[in-house]
Amino acid sequence: MTEFKAWLLAENPDSRAQATLGRSYLAWLRFYRNPLAMIGLVIVVALILMALFAPYIAPYGMTSGLTGNELALQRFQPPSAAHWFGTDGQANDVFSRIVIGSRITLLIVAIVIFTAPILGFVIGTVSGYFGGWVDGVLMRLTDIFLAFPKLVLALALAAAMGRGLESAIFAIAVTSWPAYARLARAETLTIRNTDYLAAAKLQGASHWRLITGHIMPLCLSSLIVRVTLDMAGIILTAAGLGFLGLGAQPPIPEWGAMIAEGRDYILSYWWLATFPGLAIFTVALGFNLLGDGLRDVLDPKSGA
Amino acid sequence: MMSGFTTKGGFLTVFGRAMHVQKLRPLLHFISMLAMTLFGLLLLTFVIGRLMPTDPVIAVIGDKAPEALYQKTYLEMGLDKPIVTQFGYYLNSVFHGDLGTSVRTANPVTEDILNYFPATLELATLAIIFGVLFGVPIGVLAAVKQNKWPDNLVRVFALIGHSSPIFWLAMLAIVVFYQHLDWVAAPEGRLSVMYEYTLPKVTNMVLIDTLLAGDWGAFKDAFAHIVLPASLLSYYSVAYLSRMTRSFMLDQLQQEYITTARVKGVSERAIIWKHALGNAWVPLITVIALSYASLLEGSVLTEIVFSWPGLGRYITDSLLAADMNAVLGGTIVVGFVFILLNLTSDLLYKIFDPRAK
Repeated sequence: MTEFKAWLLAENPDSRAQATLGRSYLAWLRFYRNPLAMIGLVIVVALILMALFAPYIAPYGMTSGLTGNELALQRFQPPSAAHWFGTDGQANDVFSRIVIGSRITLLIVAIVIFTAPILGFVIGTVSGYFGGWVDGVLMRLTDIFLAFPKLVLALALAAAMGRGLESAIFAIAVTSWPAYARLARAETLTIRNTDYLAAAKLQGASHWRLITGHIMPLCLSSLIVRVTLDMAGIILTAAGLGFLGLGAQPPIPEWGAMIAEGRDYILSYWWLATFPGLAIFTVALGFNLLGDGLRDVLDPKSGA
Repeated sequence: MMSGFTTKGGFLTVFGRAMHVQKLRPLLHFISMLAMTLFGLLLLTFVIGRLMPTDPVIAVIGDKAPEALYQKTYLEMGLDKPIVTQFGYYLNSVFHGDLGTSVRTANPVTEDILNYFPATLELATLAIIFGVLFGVPIGVLAAVKQNKWPDNLVRVFALIGHSSPIFWLAMLAIVVFYQHLDWVAAPEGRLSVMYEYTLPKVTNMVLIDTLLAGDWGAFKDAFAHIVLPASLLSYYSVAYLSRMTRSFMLDQLQQEYITTARVKGVSERAIIWKHALGNAWVPLITVIALSYASLLEGSVLTEIVFSWPGLGRYITDSLLAADMNAVLGGTIVVGFVFILLNLTSDLLYKIFDPRAK
């Protein structure tokens, strides 16, 4: 172990891989010392584990399947040892539904992460690298999208595409790429005129290679920070769409939709809406803390 | 005084004209951005309205309409014309204030929006007033007590605000402040039934209308209805504005003029509230405008929880009834106000801050 540490922290690394690993290790040490960031990391990892093993964690199914007298007896049970978070109007176990619902939250997060930032990233780096009319056109387009109201636009898109999880995810992705384009462009502009890039160019590297091999890796860390910080907002927007009845449709246990179901009973059965809301709050908080911590480690100059 | 400048008159005029163009530039940028963004918004709503899976005619008249009406509407909407011509028709009618007819309410969408929008405006405006009233002083306090407990408290407060679904907080607040403490009115609209039908509608903003009518009881009732949704809606802007105020104030407090003022013996209170905050207002104004825009949009979710008869509720109700004209009309209006505030904040920043290029 100590040998490995010494290898990681070597003053003169022998290979590129060793240098990269050494730097990552130092970053991890800095991150590890920040308790709030660690809490964030634990929450996010817990969400991923919960989503992966949902069927094993949830004590009951997504729906109870009860009817008639059984349903009348089992519905609206307050939190107890048998039902930690109580039961809803269909006698479904709220805790199990929240556990299963974590898969939907994770799905939304995963899809948005692999679409909007990548689109914005490509547009931003290309725009900053080429400059001129390419930059002009792409940035005007970005400005236009940036000035749109996200939630309302997502509403209109969801209305046109039909209600469902896919439309909600699509709407969120379409409205969130411009911020990343702006960020990537700004970063690219600072790198564009550096000597090492000129050197790479003189060696005959193509535009494509310069962008993907030399510019993109340097913009990546600030992009990761930004995406993590934005995740909380994306989860809240998705929950908002679910709450309005435009995201996942019942009986899918999407957390925002669960709060909407609990709205009618909030004055009599408080647990219906309280626990899904708490779940959303915890996950959003986790991403916020994680993002703050990552910013301190990866992007120290922009610390607030 | 002036005579000294006469010899350089020619130079000064040229210089003056150059300055003039420099000042106009942000304004030209503002106008061109506004036009382009608005065009983009209308193009997008048009595409949403035309290329969606359902038949646009059915989306407008409903699927129970007779065949003759279908044909008539089909021709009226210009659906037999090329798509570019259709877009031209669409732009023309929007600029004439015609957003079509709502299937759900059977009114022109423009008329509906004029009825619903003041409620949203009233809610968002009160929320931004709360936001500035609380957010700015809290931010100043956090900056002055940097890294001490008041600063950390403000940080936690903001973090909670950035992590909570507003509709959920609203429901919890209803349980606490209405059900248990009984401090506020029932979360059912803007006025109690006893005032609802007697109040003359002038601005359609009840706080103002009750004052105009001189009805003190109704005003108190209206306030009891609006205070909780407005406070909740303002939470996000209090959190945001306090963080921004903090960072602007920290910028100012590090400047040399502050040290100079301290050396001159100016009281700490005057330094903080007059000198530093006086300069921090410049970037703050732009942030406030941005925040106001997001409140107008964010009110959608709050309106649902409080049965508030605003634009957000109008859009969602229309959406659930698949009333496309109303949804797109609402989107255009919210989008327009949002874009206008967004770009105005940009413009204000360029005008007030000479360093911004």
